[in-house]
Amino acid sequence: MATVVAVVVLGGVVGPVLVWLLAVLLPAAAARVLPGLLRTSALLALPIAVSAAIVNILFTPGGETVLVELGPLRVTGEGVSVAVEVVVRVLVMAGAVTLYYLATRPAELVASLQAHGFPARTTFVIHNAVAMIPRLAERAGEVTEAQRARGLDSEGSLRRRLRGVTAVAGPTVSGAIGEAETRALALEMRGFTRPGRHTLLWAPVDRGSQRAARWVMVTTVAVLVALRLAGWTAPW
Amino acid sequence: MLSLRGVSYRYPGAALDSLHDVSLELPGGTITGLLGAPESGLSTVCMVLGGLAPRVIGGTLRGESSIDGQDVRGWPMHRLCESVVLGLGQPAGQLSMVAATVYEEVAFGPANLGLSRSEVMARTEQALEQLAIHDLASRDPGRLSGGQQQLVALAGLLAMRARHLILDEPVAALDAHGRTLALAALAAAAAGGAAVLVATQHSDLVASICSSVALLTGGRVMRQGPPGEVLADPATWALGIAEPAEQRLARLLGDIGDGR
Repeated sequence: MATVVAVVVLGGVVGPVLVWLLAVLLPAAAARVLPGLLRTSALLALPIAVSAAIVNILFTPGGETVLVELGPLRVTGEGVSVAVEVVVRVLVMAGAVTLYYLATRPAELVASLQAHGFPARTTFVIHNAVAMIPRLAERAGEVTEAQRARGLDSEGSLRRRLRGVTAVAGPTVSGAIGEAETRALALEMRGFTRPGRHTLLWAPVDRGSQRAARWVMVTTVAVLVALRLAGWTAPW
Repeated sequence: MLSLRGVSYRYPGAALDSLHDVSLELPGGTITGLLGAPESGLSTVCMVLGGLAPRVIGGTLRGESSIDGQDVRGWPMHRLCESVVLGLGQPAGQLSMVAATVYEEVAFGPANLGLSRSEVMARTEQALEQLAIHDLASRDPGRLSGGQQQLVALAGLLAMRARHLILDEPVAALDAHGRTLALAALAAAAAGGAAVLVATQHSDLVASICSSVALLTGGRVMRQGPPGEVLADPATWALGIAEPAEQRLARLLGDIGDGR
């Protein structure tokens, strides 16, 4: 969250790249998830980055330095500059989200939140936001195999692949909804909604350095936002 | 004791009742089978007895539902689950998915009750021992087979130490060994004074463990009595319920002996 806010507030290119290096790549390397992070965040960011780049290159208002004219459309230097900024921001945000997903163990997250007094329902919702994605991906894989065993041909031309997506998406989503309904009932039966503190069997260690790092991030973001509201813009 | 008197239930948005004037008395210390064909209302009875319907899923309930003589309609779920727990049919759907290990999964229920850490661990250990799944304690529950998940789900319910148990198809995914362990656990619960209800489509299960069986069809209890009597009646088989294998074999052998 802090990374995303910082990237938006800083603007330009140099600032977000520095944030990317310090707040995304370095922690990813420390957590040994760097290759996965680069691959996943690139996949995540690519569609948004490409469409945002095209829109900004061709339609940025007030551009005067015309680089290329394509009929009624003009590619301007200002448009390219804005497009580069937007693409860098999207890449950094995708990297931050991917880092959170790759480096967070759901059970540790839940235990940590409960240890800090968060209600059980809130921790469950937050946990599911992280844990849902790999489960859905697994379920989609199972459904794909089942459909292929029933004769689905999901490889080859684009039309065939799209047909394959439809055949997989429906059962994946409906199965996930059905399982979620059953799980909600099962949780009720196990006292999940009981108010008050639930017993913790364990809690992750929260070292002084981690607490200090959290305060530094929050303070930095707060300062950046305050400066920006006061009219400051980054010198690069 | 678990009791339903003249209970009719309709799901939210449904045009018709799913249960019609159902009356059941499940005394403590017994295992009662609720037997019926698919779509007969087995799961609905379980959810009404367990307090999920209409408290959680909505709908309209008419009639009386009581636990140990007390009207529980006004009780919140977290109070109700100390008296009765319900095991639903799908093993994977019963797991919390917030636990990294089987141990934490089984401890999830007792931990929700705010018990002391030592008490939570004692209940967890006992449940794991009872179903002989201590070797799974450090495994990820999401990576287990369906049968293993069903045992873990059952262990999680046993760890709650509720006074009574309601189980919808509790052994469907289990192999012979797992089934033996699960049924022994249910027998132990009944011996400890619990009223245990086993809802199933399988007459063999009812014949093997239940002291009484109620037949459910079209949301109505057609008959209730000892398994030997109820399951031997051809009228039962006409409701789409298969005769228990042992009983069928004995009958066929008898027929052969009689020269029929």
